[in-house]
Amino acid sequence: MKKREIDDVTGVETTGHEWDGVKELNKPLPKWWLFTFYATIVWAVGYWIVYPAWPTFTGYTTGVLGYSQRATVADELKAAQAAQGQLRDLLEKTPLDQIRTSPDLLRFAMAGGAAAFQTNCGPCHGRGAQGFTGYPNLNDDDWLWGGSIADIHKTISFGIRSDQKDARISQMPRYGLDKLIDDGQINDAAEFVLSLTGKSTDPAAVAKGRTVFADQCASCHGPDGKGKQDQGAPDLADEIWLYGGSRQAVIESIRTGRGGMMPAWAGRLDPVTIKSLAVYVHSLGGGK
Amino acid sequence: MAAPGVEERAAFADAMALLGALIGAGIGLALLLGSRDSGMAFHGLLFMLAGLLAAAFILQRSFDGNEPPEASNDYMDGPIRVATIAAVIWGIAGFIVGDVIAWQLAFPALNLDLPWTSFGRLRPLHTSAVIFAFGGNVLIATSLYVVQRTCHARLPGRWAPWFVVWGYQLFIAIAGTGYLLGITQSKEYAEPEWYADLWLTIVWVVYLLVFLGTLAKRKEPHIYVANWFFLAFIVTIAMLHLVNNATIPVSLTNPKSYIVYSGVQDAMTQWWYGHNAVGFFLTAGFLGIMYYFIPKRVERPVYSYRLSIVHFWTLIFLYIWAGPHHLHYTALPDWAQTLGMTFSIMLWMPSWGGMINGLMTLSGAWDKLRTDPVVRLLVVSVAFYGMSTFEGPVMSIKSVNSLSHYTDWTIGHVHSGALGWVAMVSFGAIYCLVPWLWGRRGLYSMRLVEWHFWTATIGILLYITAMWVSGITQGLMWRAYDKLGFLQYSFIETVEAMKPYYMIRAVGGLLFLIGALIMAYNVWRTVRGDEPVDAADQPRIAAAPELRLAPAE
Repeated sequence: MKKREIDDVTGVETTGHEWDGVKELNKPLPKWWLFTFYATIVWAVGYWIVYPAWPTFTGYTTGVLGYSQRATVADELKAAQAAQGQLRDLLEKTPLDQIRTSPDLLRFAMAGGAAAFQTNCGPCHGRGAQGFTGYPNLNDDDWLWGGSIADIHKTISFGIRSDQKDARISQMPRYGLDKLIDDGQINDAAEFVLSLTGKSTDPAAVAKGRTVFADQCASCHGPDGKGKQDQGAPDLADEIWLYGGSRQAVIESIRTGRGGMMPAWAGRLDPVTIKSLAVYVHSLGGGK
Repeated sequence: MAAPGVEERAAFADAMALLGALIGAGIGLALLLGSRDSGMAFHGLLFMLAGLLAAAFILQRSFDGNEPPEASNDYMDGPIRVATIAAVIWGIAGFIVGDVIAWQLAFPALNLDLPWTSFGRLRPLHTSAVIFAFGGNVLIATSLYVVQRTCHARLPGRWAPWFVVWGYQLFIAIAGTGYLLGITQSKEYAEPEWYADLWLTIVWVVYLLVFLGTLAKRKEPHIYVANWFFLAFIVTIAMLHLVNNATIPVSLTNPKSYIVYSGVQDAMTQWWYGHNAVGFFLTAGFLGIMYYFIPKRVERPVYSYRLSIVHFWTLIFLYIWAGPHHLHYTALPDWAQTLGMTFSIMLWMPSWGGMINGLMTLSGAWDKLRTDPVVRLLVVSVAFYGMSTFEGPVMSIKSVNSLSHYTDWTIGHVHSGALGWVAMVSFGAIYCLVPWLWGRRGLYSMRLVEWHFWTATIGILLYITAMWVSGITQGLMWRAYDKLGFLQYSFIETVEAMKPYYMIRAVGGLLFLIGALIMAYNVWRTVRGDEPVDAADQPRIAAAPELRLAPAE
């Protein structure tokens, strides 16, 4: 079995074994391979000397640098806070309506607000604050709960129909689901609402709907349908629709009452971030 | 005429196998009736049907008088044929699911809003299907083939090898359907619940015994290097599986179980398992394939015996330490992170030892790269192996990892290893095995192997380059701050930035899948017995041993 032979191609001796026709050459280890291997071992040993490496009975070898990942993170956080420190403190102390008076402070609040908006608000309102069906567009000047910076700050802090006691709360009745009015009346009211923006095609229904609207809707949305921001009742005469302006969508709104929810951010975000968000949203185009 | 006692022993083996199958069916029936969880009851049904089918098969074989008497030193290839076909089928299933979830990432609507088709359930189905179902069957097929040939010994046991192969398929069926039904212990690459784990343990121990039994019966004085790697794979996987699945079931009829470790110990155990599943399943096992099929196919001696010894022992000694690099910058203590990282760096050369031995074995036969696409598959796989075992240590360095971790770079790295190395070397081995196992003059078509090679290679390149760009983009966007110290990008922006790369990746995966379908067609035509259409283009080694022409000396 053990018959060493010389391989013709390489001129190297085989080990003399053969398994199912497979033989092995008796080549030495490649030098570059061996020395690179040694080099990685030397490097590893050096690393163990410098950094925390081996567990012991009572702890671990801490390494000559005294490195600690926790301490490093704490230092980095402290440094990041220190870098923002002055402006952060100033923003905390400055009343909302005076932030605009300092260009540096405004720039800081805008940058912080934009970053916080992308992460926390963008998922519902869109990265450009353009909104989606059910989630208001924040770039226009059509506000549900008021567009002053103080109004915006309050909405962000406590949310809408959230679990916070200071949340903005109002609830449109579920006219259809709770059978408060019949389907014919809902249809008439919808036609009247559409007529406010010249979209109705059924004058007879509009005439009947005018009465339904006056009885059921005007107390919140106003007699002319222009809405009331202290009750979060949308303007129905401005061609801006939260849930869509088709006949079907308006009927659905009356039927179900809608009533979206926005979480309260007080407690989840720090006060300075909420302030920055208010400044940022206020600046988007529609701030009053 | 058989030696006295042989028939009695066969009858005893049949009786024991029948008893085992019926006990299995009984346990299945108990689960079916006893479990209030519909998923587990379904698994009881699967188990019962498998037991009954096995019993019927054993009875039929036992009473079949026409069974040809097998000489004791004949090789046992039936189970290997089953595992080879299973590998092709599971491979395609796994690649399809993989490409579906790749498209889901680019177009989330493809989740279809159904629990069973959601990314969360399909993703473990994909990983388990390709690693354990495809890779596992390739390993079982090749290891049982190679150990018999290189030991000149038949697998021990009349039923044990059959049990290993079919028992493993049952494990795959239980694990895979479990994921779809929502049964998972949520440990990456170790998702199957406790009862599937127990079943796999039984199958794996029998696999180990079959392998060891063949080694023990060997007629060669030395154990060939491929078998060291296969044995390291089987033993270590057993150990990893047992330690990482130490769970306590809620009850014997409830699929849910809880792991005995908690917190960072649990995380460390999981990644000790996870990394060594890569090291011993996807590396050591497939190096075993490489060590037989490359020298055999190119008909050249292995480059260096000494290198094979040194890199084997350094590889298995160093690999087992490297797991903590999956937990850099987490609650894992600094010292453990250091060890994980430094051992990963030291692992570089031991990994490359296999690459050197694989590539340099071609010295004197480099022309075969041009003439034999099967050799090209095998050699390109080794090249990908070399690339990803260099990339791995680089990514284990903490400062690199702080950029690469949690990004698509990791996914790209895994797939350069999984598609480039594991799958390509498996394809090469399957193309060798099929004519050898079914006694054919060669593969049905070498041109189709060429097509498979190129579609797969282009697919892999699209995949990994897309993931490199996507991963590094992601990592850089996550860590970008503006001058005032605020995050430059939101998470949504980073997701939007990934979309083109996700589409390129999905196209790459589709090409890879098409390649595998070409292989399946070629395998089917070869198994069916169609004569090779390009016999003249095939090397003599492509034919089954009994049909090979003598080498031209």
